[in-house]
Amino acid sequence: MVHSQETAHEADDHHPSPRTYIKIAIILAIVTAIEVVFSYIPGAEPGLIVTGLIVMAFIKFVLVALYFMHLRFDNRLFRRLFVTGVVLALIVFAVYLATLFGRGGAAPLITGS
Amino acid sequence: MAASEAPAVPAHEEHYTSTGLDNVKMAMWAFLGSECLFFGSLISTYLLYRNRVLDGPTPAEIYDIPYTSVSSFVLLMSSLTMVLALASIQRRDMRGCRIWLLATAMLGMIFIGGQIYEFTAFVEEGLKISTSTFGSSFFVMTGFHGAHVTVGIFMLLALFGMSLFGRLDFDDGPRKVELIGLYWHFVDIVWIVIFTVVYLVPTN
Repeated sequence: MVHSQETAHEADDHHPSPRTYIKIAIILAIVTAIEVVFSYIPGAEPGLIVTGLIVMAFIKFVLVALYFMHLRFDNRLFRRLFVTGVVLALIVFAVYLATLFGRGGAAPLITGS
Repeated sequence: MAASEAPAVPAHEEHYTSTGLDNVKMAMWAFLGSECLFFGSLISTYLLYRNRVLDGPTPAEIYDIPYTSVSSFVLLMSSLTMVLALASIQRRDMRGCRIWLLATAMLGMIFIGGQIYEFTAFVEEGLKISTSTFGSSFFVMTGFHGAHVTVGIFMLLALFGMSLFGRLDFDDGPRKVELIGLYWHFVDIVWIVIFTVVYLVPTN
């Protein structure tokens, strides 16, 4: 018990320095700028744009979770709790997609104003 | 018992479980895990309905990407100021912690102000919550996110107030700032997904 309490305190002591936080924030800002520019590329394959945007969003998501939320440094149990939520959310998303394509609802209904 | 053999007593009250972890922090992570499901459902619903517009403007007609990009940048930078607040209080720098907490709350308010402006502009352009299923799913999803940011701002201001009245000490303070910080970063993470999936991914 005492050992595990010490482990928990040790994890707190290994948080990154402010310099690391600033580096991560700069990377996040750069990736966001690339995302916006990427979404404006004229004549690009939509599938390529969507894949690229999702990859960049994933990078930002992981950087914030690992460094700003300290999942990289904290106890693994916290990581598992959070990842469980994310995986369940992805399952919900998959079920929605299955519903969408299962009823043939993928066809757009856009008519506009 | 000699002083050197005395058991270590935590300087502040932390509620440890059999895992040796702070159970309040554990509860916060469990809550954030459940919030993933909540926002996952809202985002999925939006993706299902965003092309189903029988009346009113379509997503491509109404979104202002440069404007939303600035809002996203503001929220991302608020995550930086939040971790700097935590780093300050861990270094026993209460003044720095107050400044960064206030900066985080201010950036959050700028984001919310931007969202209110965006909603107002959308309503003026003919997109209301009842206009189409696209409008309903968009306003519900971004509205709930905005509500989460607003709750976060109140919690940050509460922390700032506690620091002014001596209720945020160097023993238990870092833990409180970290817990509120986890919530704030989660709100930022959700926006990272919303910004990409809702605003940047092209519609049909």
